[in-house]
Amino acid sequence: MKVVYERPKTLEKVTNHYCPGCHHGILHALIAEVLDEMGLAEKAVGVAPVGCAVLAYNYLDIDWIEAPHGRAVAIATGIKLAHPDVLVFTYQGDGDAAAIGLAETMYGAIRGVNVTTFLYNNAIYGMTGGQMAPTTLLGMKTTTSPYGRDAKREGYPLKMAETIALQGGTAFSARTALFNPKMIMETKKRIRQVFELQMKGAGFTFLEVVGTCPTNWGMSPVDATKFAETEMVKTFPLGVYKELKEVE
Amino acid sequence: MTKDLVVAGFGGQGVMLLGQIIALAATEKGLNATWLPSYGPEQRGGTANCTVVVSDEEIASPLTDKPQFAVIMNNPSMAKFEPKMAAGGTLIYNSTLVTQVPARQDIKVVAIPANELAEQAGSARSANMVMLGVMAWVWRDVFTQEDLLTAMVHKVGDKRPQLLEINKKAFALGYEAAQKAI
Amino acid sequence: MSERILMKGNEAVGEAAVRAGCRLYFGYPITPASEIAEYMAYRLPQVGGTFVQAESEVSAVNMVYGAAAAGKYAMTASSSPGFSLMQEAISYMAGAEVPAVLVNVVRGGPGLGDIQPAQSDYFQMTKGGGHGDYRLLVFAPYTIQEVVNLMPTAYELAFKYRNPVVLALDGLIGQMMEAVEFTDFRNPDEIPIPEWAVSGKFRHGGKKNINTSLDLIPEKLEAHNWKLQKKYSEIEEKETRFSYFGVDNPETLVVAYGTVARVAMSALKKLLNAGRSIGILRPITLWPFPKQALAEKARHAKRIVVLEMSSGQMIEDVKLSVFDPNKQYEFYGHPGGVTFTPTEIEEYLVRG
Ligand SMILES: Cc1ncc(C[n+]2csc(CCOP(=O)(O)OP(=O)(O)O)c2C)c(N)n1
Ligand code: SF4
Repeated sequence: MKVVYERPKTLEKVTNHYCPGCHHGILHALIAEVLDEMGLAEKAVGVAPVGCAVLAYNYLDIDWIEAPHGRAVAIATGIKLAHPDVLVFTYQGDGDAAAIGLAETMYGAIRGVNVTTFLYNNAIYGMTGGQMAPTTLLGMKTTTSPYGRDAKREGYPLKMAETIALQGGTAFSARTALFNPKMIMETKKRIRQVFELQMKGAGFTFLEVVGTCPTNWGMSPVDATKFAETEMVKTFPLGVYKELKEVE
Repeated sequence: MTKDLVVAGFGGQGVMLLGQIIALAATEKGLNATWLPSYGPEQRGGTANCTVVVSDEEIASPLTDKPQFAVIMNNPSMAKFEPKMAAGGTLIYNSTLVTQVPARQDIKVVAIPANELAEQAGSARSANMVMLGVMAWVWRDVFTQEDLLTAMVHKVGDKRPQLLEINKKAFALGYEAAQKAI
Repeated sequence: MSERILMKGNEAVGEAAVRAGCRLYFGYPITPASEIAEYMAYRLPQVGGTFVQAESEVSAVNMVYGAAAAGKYAMTASSSPGFSLMQEAISYMAGAEVPAVLVNVVRGGPGLGDIQPAQSDYFQMTKGGGHGDYRLLVFAPYTIQEVVNLMPTAYELAFKYRNPVVLALDGLIGQMMEAVEFTDFRNPDEIPIPEWAVSGKFRHGGKKNINTSLDLIPEKLEAHNWKLQKKYSEIEEKETRFSYFGVDNPETLVVAYGTVARVAMSALKKLLNAGRSIGILRPITLWPFPKQALAEKARHAKRIVVLEMSSGQMIEDVKLSVFDPNKQYEFYGHPGGVTFTPTEIEEYLVRG
C-alpha cells in the first residue's frame, strides 16, 4: 500500500485544543512537515504567543519558549543572538503581532533580525472571545465593535505583509492562506522558502497566513473557510510582497 | 588626609575635565579619589559643577555640603557656592569673568585672572588648565606639578601637540600666579 | 586583580558585566543609566559580543529573556520609568525561572519625576513590581568597587537559582567616577549552556525543552508556586548580605543602603570619634533583607534611624525585622531626587 499521508514526526501525538474548522492546526502540521523534510527539528526553537496558539509548545516536538503577549520577536532576537546556529521562528496571532506587539514585529523587519514570523490572521482576538483585532474587516461585528468596524471610529484593517515588505531588513514577506488544498501546498512551499532563507542568514522573514476563527466569527467550519476564501482575501490579497532573490 | 574640591562654571569651561584630571592624578598616585558631576538639564546652558574628594583613606561620602576648596569660574557658581564654603576654606575664582567678589571674611579668597592668563598662553579655552596650575600650588602637599601634568596628558591625549603646549603654558602661568597670590 | 582604573560607575557596570562573561546587551536610552548602553555599544564588539538598541525597554527586557532562556549571560539596564515598563517580562522570567541580570539606576519619581539619584523603587524591586508571587534577588552596592565585585556573583546566583537578579544603583553611583580594580575575564565559551536552555534539542540530548510560565491547571500552578517559594526560602537562608560599622551594641542604630549609606558613613565616622554609641547596618541585599542581623544589632538600641532617598519604604522591612513596638523608630528621608549631605545626617543624628 502506498502511504499517501504520514503524520509528521515532529507533530506531537496529542489532540490539540483548537476548535473544529480552525486553521491553526493545519499551519502547525505544515510547519512540522517542513521541519521534518529539512531535518531541522533538532535545531529549531519556536516562540509561542499569547493567543490561541499559546499552547503550540505542546504540539511540535522542538524547543519552545512562551513569550509575553506581543513580545515574541524580541524574545526570538535574544535567542538568535545567543545561538545563531538555531532556526528560530515565532508563531503569533494578529492581536499579538500587530497590535500589542507591533513595535517588536516591525523592528524585527527594520533590524533584519534573522528569524521567521508566522502571523495567523483570523481578523479577531480568538483567545479572549472575539474582540476586534487590528485586522478586523470593515463592517465586521466583534464584541468590541458591536456595530461593525467603522473606519471613522475604529480605523482601517492593518495590512501586515505589505507593511513588513516595506522595511529594509525584510528578506521575505508574503500572504498565503489555507482554505483549499492548493493554497495549503502554496503555504507549505513558502514555509520551506522562509526557513531556507533564514538558514542562509537572509534577514527577517515573514509569512502572514489568512486563517479562520469559526467560533468567534459565529460560522460553521465550512462557512468560515468560504468566508476566508471570498471575503478575507478582498482586504488581504494573497501574494508575495517581498522576496530576496540573492543572499550574500 | 582627606581633601575636597568643588569646581564650578559654565558648561563648556572645562570644569568637569579639570576635576577629572585631579581625580586621575590622585588615582595614579595610589590615593583614593572620587569625582561626582552634576548632571542633566542643570548642565545645559547653565552651570556645571563637580566635586572631587582625594584621600589616603577609604572615601565615605563623595559629595560634600561644605567644600574646603572651590574653583569658581562664573558668577552663578559664585552665588551658589560661596555661602556653602567651610569656614577656613579656600575659594579660588576666575577674576576675568566673576564680577561678584566674595564677601565672606572666614574663608581665604584667591583671585586669578584665568581667562587673561589662558589667552596669554594661546587660548582662552585653556582657563581650566590655568586653574589646574593653581591647584598644583594650592595642593602642593598632595601633588607634584608632574603628577598633574601627567594626568592631564593621559586625560586629554597628546594627539594635538599644539593644544598640549598651550595647556602646559596655561598650567605654568596658573602655578606662577598662585605662588604670588598665596 | 588588575590595575586600578578611574571609571564612571555606569561604565564600570558594563566592564564588570563583560568580565563576568556577558556578551549580549539589550538597552534603551534613559538618564541616568544611558552610559551603560553607550559603554556596551562600544565595548561588546571588541570582545565578539552584541549590543542591540531596542525600540523600548519592553523589547529590551524581552530580548534579555530570550537570550537568557537560551542559556546565555545577558543584560539590560535602565532607570525607574524604563524599569517599570519591564515588570511584565520580569514576572514572566521569575515564573519561567529564567536567569538574568538587570540594572536599575534609580531616579526620582513617581511618573517622569526627575533624573536625580533616588531610592524610591525599593518596593518595586523587593516586593515584586510585577504581577504574581515572586521575588528578585536585589543587590544594592554602595561603591563602584562593590558594583564590580558583585557582578560575577549576580550572574552566578541568577543561574544557580534560575531567577532574575537586580543591581539597584542610583544616579549618583552611576554618574560618579572612582578608582576600581576589575576581576579577571571569564571566558564566555567556558560557561556551560544549561541543560534546561531552549537552544535546539541537539544541544541537550534530543529531548525538547519548554520554557513557559503558563499552567492552566490551578493545582499544578499552585505546586509550582510553592516550589518557587521554597527556592526563595533557600535564597533567604544562604544569600542574605549586609555590612555593619560601629560599636557592638549601639544605642542608636542607623539603617541605610547604597548612596545614602555611603554619605552616612562620613557622619558615622565623626560621631564614633566623638565617642557616641552608634552603628550603621547596611543591607547589601535588599531582598533577601538582613532581618536577623538587624534584629540582633537592634537588641540594645533605643533609637533605630532609617535613612532613605524616598518617603519611607525600607523602613517597613526594618520594623518587621526588629518587631518590637517599644523601640523608637525614626524615618528621615528625601524623596524626589534630593540627596543627603553628610552634615545634615550628622546634625540629625545628634539632634534626634
Ligand atoms: C498584557 C496582556 N494583555 C492582554 C492579554 C489578554 N489576551 C490574551 S490573548 C489576546 C489576544 C489574542 O488575539 P490574537 O493575537 O489575534 O490571537 P488568536 O487568539 O486570535 O489566535 C489578549 C488580548 C494578555 N494575556 N496580556
Ligand atoms: S477561538 Fe478561533 S482562533 Fe481560537 S482556536 Fe477557536 S477557532 Fe481557532
